[in-house]
Amino acid sequence: MISENSRHLYLQLLRVRTFEDRVGELFLQGGSAGTMLHLSIGEEAPAVGVAEAMQPKDSFTTHHRGHGIFLARGADPKRMLAEIAGKEAGYCRGKGGSMHIADRKLGHLGANAIVGGGIPHVVGAGLSYQLLKVPAVSIAFFGDGAMQQGNLYESMNLAALWKLPVLFVCINNQYGMGTRLDQASASLEFVKRAESFGLIGKEVSGLDVEEVKEAATEILEMAREGKPAFMKIDCYRFHGHARKDKSPYRDQNEEEEGRKKDPIKFQADRLMEQGVSISEMDIWHKKVADEMDEALNFALETQEPTLNSMFEDVYAPNLTHPESVGSRIDRALYSEILDGDYR
Amino acid sequence: MKEMTYRDALRLGLQESMQSDPTIVILGEEVGRYGGAYGVTKGLLQEFGEDWVRDTPISEEILVGAAVGAAMTGLRPVAELMYVDFLTLAMDQLVNQAAKIRYMFGGQISVPMMLRSQGGTGRSAAAQHSQSLEAWVMHTPGLHLAMPADATDAYVLIKHALTLADPVVFLEHKGLYAQSFPFNPESAPPWGKAKISRSGNDCSIICYSRMVQRSLEAATQLAELGVQVDVVDLRTLHPLDMETVTKSVRKTGRALVVTEDCLTAGVSAELSARITEENFEYLEEPVLRMAGEDIPIPVSPALEAASVPTNESIKQSILKLMRKK
Repeated sequence: MISENSRHLYLQLLRVRTFEDRVGELFLQGGSAGTMLHLSIGEEAPAVGVAEAMQPKDSFTTHHRGHGIFLARGADPKRMLAEIAGKEAGYCRGKGGSMHIADRKLGHLGANAIVGGGIPHVVGAGLSYQLLKVPAVSIAFFGDGAMQQGNLYESMNLAALWKLPVLFVCINNQYGMGTRLDQASASLEFVKRAESFGLIGKEVSGLDVEEVKEAATEILEMAREGKPAFMKIDCYRFHGHARKDKSPYRDQNEEEEGRKKDPIKFQADRLMEQGVSISEMDIWHKKVADEMDEALNFALETQEPTLNSMFEDVYAPNLTHPESVGSRIDRALYSEILDGDYR
Repeated sequence: MKEMTYRDALRLGLQESMQSDPTIVILGEEVGRYGGAYGVTKGLLQEFGEDWVRDTPISEEILVGAAVGAAMTGLRPVAELMYVDFLTLAMDQLVNQAAKIRYMFGGQISVPMMLRSQGGTGRSAAAQHSQSLEAWVMHTPGLHLAMPADATDAYVLIKHALTLADPVVFLEHKGLYAQSFPFNPESAPPWGKAKISRSGNDCSIICYSRMVQRSLEAATQLAELGVQVDVVDLRTLHPLDMETVTKSVRKTGRALVVTEDCLTAGVSAELSARITEENFEYLEEPVLRMAGEDIPIPVSPALEAASVPTNESIKQSILKLMRKK
């Protein structure tokens, strides 16, 4: 008996990984805006499992490795890749890119490139939901690196103190850039840390997407009732920190062992056991590959932003845009003509 | 005319704004039961309840960061930092987050929050409770910055600031709270316009916050010596009303910028550069700057007082600018 839930989750995992592959291709084709591309390959199950457990009104912030979460939440891969390419048609008009992608409509309050930077925002969103009586939860996704950042603990304390509908999700991929977790933290008992602040704590493996989704569903309902919570989901970052990092700081055996914990293979095995045939799998793979190829082509072909758009969105649209440096120079030299004489 | 203290005017502005906008929530250390370290929020907890006037732990980053998140999702938070010196602890949330969110996200998400704080010398509060840090704010695109000099502006500016769709930093002066001023909101210029606090043809003083009062007192003394000073109160540093400044400087041909923040790379540097660039042909003398000394603020009352512009030092500088000394 093939479970529709298993099939859907598998497709979502596959979409995330294929998307990340296309981000890599975008870079190789010279189409990405910069090299600050942090791929979540190996970390698909935490992203998909939690995103699939969220309700439509829930909101979230992510770290800089958040493509998978946003995609699983329902983002359009075309607009995502266009944003990563720095194009006008991207989610943020080509101003944010991979590390600052957001979408108000899907409740994405922003990816953040300051480690821990987006965590306080979910506390504020939780306060909004509590005061405005919105039955929503706000979720902060961050890596193990942020577990050593002070604002996380200020956030945990306030969320617990005010009983806010907030969930903190640590996607533990074992590395903060090139520093292994045990070189960054003496204690690895993260759940205990959270519990000591008065949060509900939960630890799950990031190998099985169904287990993640189930745990997240349960904990989100508690958070929704004003019992803020913390989830630690363990996984392994298959590749380097960013696109160009070949991870010389870890040995090959470790990488090989780590990559064996592959959430996509795990879910594929489950589907095979349920009776899915290889030819059926191939059809799904082709469908996902086509979707992501189309997105890649769109990102490469869609137009660059106009230079004038640089001055837009600094302040609210009804206000004066910042004046360009060139215009100031012209006014300095030709001000009598432009401004008249007040004497 | 009716008189009001700066503190009461701020409270009235907050109170009326909260009465008309049910999404305003105040967050800060000691803002509720204590009534604010300088008494600005006294009584608001009783009127609006503890949901809407919230005492926070001593955690500056989360109190500003939570305001950012709340502003993104439907509230209009007023986060109070007890002293502007504590901004260092919340700088990421103000500079990397609040100021940039609209831009980074392509205009999709607004952050209609206010960060209220107070700065300046005058209470022997020493180096970590007496600074004037407005240059850091002015140096960050995406923020509005208001610095009222009297009760009328405290009231009208805070009320307008609480209608903006962008983050506003609202910096008060600890030396003004207890002072009474004529209170006449109808006379105030609109948001973003400077005001001529005193009119004169001989030279211009460009200032804001408490330095307006000191400049006006210096100008009164200078008038007795036959020097007529135009005093321009900027009121907001973003938006910056260079039009009014330019009109004044072109009228007088001489400008002294007076600020309390320290001199090097301070607000006075930006103002001086702009005045010079935009009015070079009209200037009889170089644009002069008076500002805080380039030192941490000392605790000794005598040293503290001498570390920032005073009525007397402003007067002396104007006399030099007029080549009368």
